[in-house]
Amino acid sequence: MIASTPQQRPTAATEAEHQPTSPIVQMSGITVEFPGVKALENVDFRLFPGEVHALMGENGAGKSTLIKALTGVNQIASGSITVNATPIRFSGPADARENGISTVYQEVNLCTNLTVAENIMLGSEPRRFGGLDWRSMRRQAAVFLKRMGLNIDPGSSLGSHSLAVQQLVAISRAMVVDAKVLILDEPTSSLDTDEVEQLFAVMRQLREDGVAILFVSHFLDQIYAISDRITILRNGALVEERLTGELPQRELVSLMIAGTSDATVGQVIERNVVSARKSDAKPLLQAVGLGRKGAVQPFDLELYPGEVIGMAGLLGSGRTELARLLYGADKADEGSIQLHGVQAKLRTPRQALGHKIAYTSEDRKGEGVIGDLSVAENIILGLQAARGWTRPLPATKAAQVVDAYIKALGVRPANPQALLKNLSGGNQQKVLLARWLATAPKLLLLDEPTRGIDIGAKTEIMNLVSELAEQGMSVVFISAELEEVLRLSDRIVVMRDHTKVAEIPSSQDVDVPRLIEIIATGEENT
Amino acid sequence: MTRIYKHRLFWPLVALAALLLACSIKRPDILGITVLDGHLFGAPIDILRNSAPLLLVALGMTLVIATRGIDLSVGATVAIAGAVALTFIASSDQPGSLGTALGAIFVAVGLCFLLGCFNGLLVAKFGIQPIIATLILMTAGRGMAMLITNGQITTVTSAPFSSLASGFLMGLPVAAIIAYGVYLVVSILVRRTALGMLLESVGINPEASRLAGVKSKTLVFTVYALCGLLAGLAGLIFASNTMAADANNAGLFIELDAILAVVIGGTSLAGGKFNLSGTLIGVLIITTLSLTVTVLGVSPLVTSLFKAIVVIAVTLMMSTRLRTMLAGLRERRRFQEVSA
Repeated sequence: MIASTPQQRPTAATEAEHQPTSPIVQMSGITVEFPGVKALENVDFRLFPGEVHALMGENGAGKSTLIKALTGVNQIASGSITVNATPIRFSGPADARENGISTVYQEVNLCTNLTVAENIMLGSEPRRFGGLDWRSMRRQAAVFLKRMGLNIDPGSSLGSHSLAVQQLVAISRAMVVDAKVLILDEPTSSLDTDEVEQLFAVMRQLREDGVAILFVSHFLDQIYAISDRITILRNGALVEERLTGELPQRELVSLMIAGTSDATVGQVIERNVVSARKSDAKPLLQAVGLGRKGAVQPFDLELYPGEVIGMAGLLGSGRTELARLLYGADKADEGSIQLHGVQAKLRTPRQALGHKIAYTSEDRKGEGVIGDLSVAENIILGLQAARGWTRPLPATKAAQVVDAYIKALGVRPANPQALLKNLSGGNQQKVLLARWLATAPKLLLLDEPTRGIDIGAKTEIMNLVSELAEQGMSVVFISAELEEVLRLSDRIVVMRDHTKVAEIPSSQDVDVPRLIEIIATGEENT
Repeated sequence: MTRIYKHRLFWPLVALAALLLACSIKRPDILGITVLDGHLFGAPIDILRNSAPLLLVALGMTLVIATRGIDLSVGATVAIAGAVALTFIASSDQPGSLGTALGAIFVAVGLCFLLGCFNGLLVAKFGIQPIIATLILMTAGRGMAMLITNGQITTVTSAPFSSLASGFLMGLPVAAIIAYGVYLVVSILVRRTALGMLLESVGINPEASRLAGVKSKTLVFTVYALCGLLAGLAGLIFASNTMAADANNAGLFIELDAILAVVIGGTSLAGGKFNLSGTLIGVLIITTLSLTVTVLGVSPLVTSLFKAIVVIAVTLMMSTRLRTMLAGLRERRRFQEVSA
């Protein structure tokens, strides 16, 4: 993927020539500090009207921080910001929004208990006779939804829609205030291919209307498909700003990753597939007819030590729900689970933990991170939960475990006392992995562990999974990226419409198109 | 210097010092402690003793609030504890004996523990919102206390029982020794075991904590039970102070004072991080306020207004938003100077 030749983007080059001479946003010498972390140091950034400008960098490079510095969420320690050549400092996102700079953040920040229309129009509600004009609100919201190509009832509750739809609603909301600058911080991480195309169509339209779009994404293909200009950050510092058409993918990746030569980029240990399981091996876990109404149809599954099971399927296909049943996060209402051939009760996470089963949720922010606790506390949480509150982990043992995992997984900053919420997404993910690895699990259920994190961290995590399997751990690896699933798995389970439709050994004649076919048709034999 | 200034207990401590200062300006000798019959006397000792019930209640409240909860029923629990203990003594053959007093204490505290368990059950097991769940006992509790005392204000005489509030041990008031002793034990328990961390974890992100294997429900249940038990102890000290079980007025509005103390102490009502030393200072501020009001001769008509002003001042100074606003103003002024 990375080695592919630079794609020709004639439109980008011509647009670049037509660019107006003055940027709409100019940030110079921006420095931002957090307690224990220097998030940005002396960074310059500019944004022209009518362009899509991609902001690239690994996790912790400072992309989100730069955006938050611009919108006034983060105080800047030094540097200047000008909008339309006027020095300005916003007091917060609302202030920025009023001045034509709208942001859609990485994690959807909407009110799930309000309706779609209320979410879109919040802050710009149409009023009548001193009250809210509900009908007009719904009508106006419908217009914005239509512009996004979304066909949903504006009066429906936002929480009843999928994450993808919520993301598109968030973007509709950003467009309400006739934005001159639209900031999209990883808007595509929870969208499927069609939805991404839908989003890109909207983005192209906006670009033609002269809107400046700041776009953050970890998908290189998307960057090359939509962006005109790229700014690369690394470890909180500016690396370079280039036109997309003049920057080959390979070079982009090497600019993003410090200290790694081209050869190591994207290289994952080739797993010695299938041979991992010996013919006489006994299954670690056997699920028979396990199911839950509305979540997963009854399925059978056997997991062996030393084996990686890949789970493929679309968002909402039941892949997450299946993993949650194996962990006891949701209670199964039929079927049974055997561990080492013995009937086992797995009705709560705590019981699963007792059986040495670990699960990282796809929803890092909502179901993984304890933001206001330190990195150290987050790492020992699993161990401590297993011991119960009466038997605290001895301080020296805790420090040992924490240091070991911070080092082994390369958590940055390597400060155990930093609050987890101040770390970047990829580093939070590493901390969560550390929490589970510290409990020495025999079965590790990883739900989208590589989502929304950069290539460097992705590679590290995939290599880690390989190593763990080699040491005899059984791993269930769920990912929307089929290449990752193919590369890591011994067997691949395909989910479709809440049903396990196929279970195939990973071999040379299984490739991405083949998997897509099974996902699309639900048929193993064609 | 700026570090001290930014410490989260800086402003509460300033408020406490200011209150004491105001008292000693009006009556310079007020902070003195005298020894009489081997017992310590003086305003500081009074503050310690008077703060005992509130400290016990606020202690439990802090832990409940850390789990994103709240317990409105503590005032009613205080009343029930008093009613049960005094009715027990009144109905016994030997009201003055030590055994009777101990029996009364045991029965009252035990019942309050059960009431706490009832709250915990509603919140943890049935998922009822804490404010609603504890509202039930808040309203029903005083009725229960009425029922126990038959609607009378039961007065009894029992030397052992009354020593809970007015007795002295090693020169210090028994009530203070109980409250501060319990406070010390709980503080150590919370920070030396993993209870504190797990409570904070549950308060910050309940679902993530559950998936991490934390027994959130058991923990939440436990803090409500503990809160009930501590309110029961506070109720005994109240009852022993007056030796009369007043179902209507015992512990009236103590839940609000306790919540106030917790907030002044810097624990957010949103749950998560909690701060027991902050709660202690909050309790001392609220208790000292009553003394200050008397010493300064503030008219009883405006006492509550005076209290409110002090509380508003402290909470405003502690508000991070106000601080960032002030910092932002300063920043902006500097920024304008630079760009001008």
